[in-house]
Amino acid sequence: MSPTSRFASIRNGESLDFSKIPVVPIEDFRSAVLKMAAANHRLCALLCSGKDGRPPGSLLAVLADDTGGKLYLAASQPVAGYPSLTPDLTQAHLFEREIYEGSGVLPEGHPWLKPVRRVSADKVAFFQEQGAEVHEVAVGPIHAGIIEPGHFRFQCHGETVHHLEIQLGYQHRGAERLLREGPDRRSLAVAEAICGDTAIGHAWAHCAVREALAGATLSLRAEALRAVVLEVERLANHIGDLGAISNDIGYLPATAYFGRMRGDFLNMLMTVSGNRYGKSMLKLGGVAFDLPAEMRSSMIETIKRSVRHLAEVGDMFFGEPSVISRLEDTGTVSRKICDDLGLVGVCARATGADRDVRQDHPFGLYRFRHIPVIKLDSGDVFARAMVRFLEAQRSLEFLSALIANLSEGSAASPCGAPAANHLAVSLVEGWRGEVCHVAKTGRDGKYEWYKVVDPSFHNWMALAMALRGGEISDFPLCNKSFNLSYAGHDL
Amino acid sequence: METLRLVASYLMMVILAPPIMLGIITKTKAAVAGRKGPPVLQPLYDTIKLLGKGAVYSKTTTWMFRLGPVVSLAAVLAAASLVPLVGAPLIAFNGDAILFAYLFALGRFVTVTAALDTGSSFEGMGASREVAFSSLAEPALILSFASLAYRSGGLSLAQMFAPHGGPSAAASAILALGSLFVVLLAENSRIPIDDPNTHLELTMIHEVMVLDHGGPDLAFILHGAGLKLVLMTSLLVRLILPEMPAVGAVGSLVLGLAAAAVVIGLVESSMARLRLVRVPQLLVAAICAATFGLILTLR
Repeated sequence: MSPTSRFASIRNGESLDFSKIPVVPIEDFRSAVLKMAAANHRLCALLCSGKDGRPPGSLLAVLADDTGGKLYLAASQPVAGYPSLTPDLTQAHLFEREIYEGSGVLPEGHPWLKPVRRVSADKVAFFQEQGAEVHEVAVGPIHAGIIEPGHFRFQCHGETVHHLEIQLGYQHRGAERLLREGPDRRSLAVAEAICGDTAIGHAWAHCAVREALAGATLSLRAEALRAVVLEVERLANHIGDLGAISNDIGYLPATAYFGRMRGDFLNMLMTVSGNRYGKSMLKLGGVAFDLPAEMRSSMIETIKRSVRHLAEVGDMFFGEPSVISRLEDTGTVSRKICDDLGLVGVCARATGADRDVRQDHPFGLYRFRHIPVIKLDSGDVFARAMVRFLEAQRSLEFLSALIANLSEGSAASPCGAPAANHLAVSLVEGWRGEVCHVAKTGRDGKYEWYKVVDPSFHNWMALAMALRGGEISDFPLCNKSFNLSYAGHDL
Repeated sequence: METLRLVASYLMMVILAPPIMLGIITKTKAAVAGRKGPPVLQPLYDTIKLLGKGAVYSKTTTWMFRLGPVVSLAAVLAAASLVPLVGAPLIAFNGDAILFAYLFALGRFVTVTAALDTGSSFEGMGASREVAFSSLAEPALILSFASLAYRSGGLSLAQMFAPHGGPSAAASAILALGSLFVVLLAENSRIPIDDPNTHLELTMIHEVMVLDHGGPDLAFILHGAGLKLVLMTSLLVRLILPEMPAVGAVGSLVLGLAAAAVVIGLVESSMARLRLVRVPQLLVAAICAATFGLILTLR
């Protein structure tokens, strides 16, 4: 019996009647998920129907087949506790902690069952090393820069880090709960606010789920305009990150030039949507603002100029020996850790994983127009910086071709009410990586479940692994090269 | 009257040169990055602002913590009187070079103890780095001093740091100069050894030790650090720049300091910071250069 037989399969951005998803006893659910994971399927989401800490609840797993472009779904019968998946499937570790915290369903035998959110860091135990020469360094949740709150505990021996534990949850706002109360007029605004720098990525994932449930189709122009703003968002963030990495190593000219270029792309979003982060650009059934001809020509001008400037600044940055020696072999994440933890996005591609939703599970315009996937093998800060740089170049090429040949049509088409008792999954390759939204409607067409998985949720643990055996003074640089979202993790 | 004028001009140098030199460095870095940058006098405004503020002291600290900034500034001021800032030093005697080196060490000692006094894990880390790196910077400094002292035949800073000796002495002077430049960057927490502008506690060396100081204490520390930079730079300037008759001794020194500030700004703009484990390698290279310089002098 093939492992997929216990699963219903859909493609990215599709919905299906919930009764078509096989519901199996928990033992079968567990072994089927493990078999699928052993056959190179990646855990996109693992959620529980239970709410407010009251078990029982039934589990739902979403597994992605990245080579076949399919998503596999299976549900378990309601349980109050089950043998944890984590000892056999590391990818599940944070999902199971989240499940226990949210629904009270106990993953028995989970090695580190701490709350993920909603608990202040001083009330929970931290992993600690003992020894006369071991010392502990605690950083945060309030940091010296203008960044989000998060608490980091280092177990150090001299300058060497033996272990780093990351405690987040300070940004928990109840975004999933607000979404679950929908769909209503707030839903899209809430989705845009899940993670401020991925406003377009999350808005698109939300719209895609909602449109899949309603069975709406979009005009080609609307799809193209969504791709335009998503790539501009990617450019602004990738280039901003390069500037931030450059700032952390004290290479100031590149910081200033990259920072200015980031401004160009934020301004581009401002021109198109009236918001520098592209909020309110997307709407159900398409986009809220069309791209008039004169705006297009000015965008093409900016893009042409940016292609030239990016190449020049990139030459300066990556051509500077002191920069390369600082970035190489710092914060290395191996390919094995990438696969064990199920990393996504830039961090995964920097370890050599060929993983990009735009290629593996194409959505929207990416079904018709392809964008090359960039991957490097070394898994260090250099690779993460270089992937960003090369992706920014590919995005510029993609944009200039796309904007020059924008198909005609309406910017938005109507989107009806969501079908009752359906489940939809949408994946979007945001600039940080795979943004996953899963929604299930009840009999009245309201959401029963709404699950958001930001790429940061998969990737935070990789930062801790990157630091193992490294220098504590390299932490800020590693952190910047991952640039994960606190808000997206804390929801 | 002559003494009064000397002291007055000395005070001017000691008060105004550090902020202006730091301001020029910042301005240079801004210009290379294509920015306008803060005014040249911004460090002076900051010092004045800080002097007008109150200070907050943590309950875990003791008198040692309050002593740190005062003694470190006093040590640098005492060292300043040994350096010929206005053509001649205030005080000069045979062997003042040793006193100069150890006044810096005293300043470092009290800063480090004040940092340890806070009990903060950051400051402890910074203190350990500062001590580790300065134990490598110090041999480089002393060895360079030794070769310069042998060459000039005197143990006084004013004698040692003056452009004399023919082309035969040039090689050893260049080696001492290179070694001292690295020491200067290390002692004054400049790129590539430290980043004076970073806000990332975990990567800092010097800055992290003074995180808990505020108000006048911080003003003392910042001014002391600036003055240290001025003192070391003016020694190097005197070593390579002959006195220009058109502008006089003070004028040549001021021009030299401004030029050195631009050079430091350019060095900081043109490279990234070294990773922390590489810093000792650079310092050891400085020691080697100083040793070769000494060998060449003795030959």
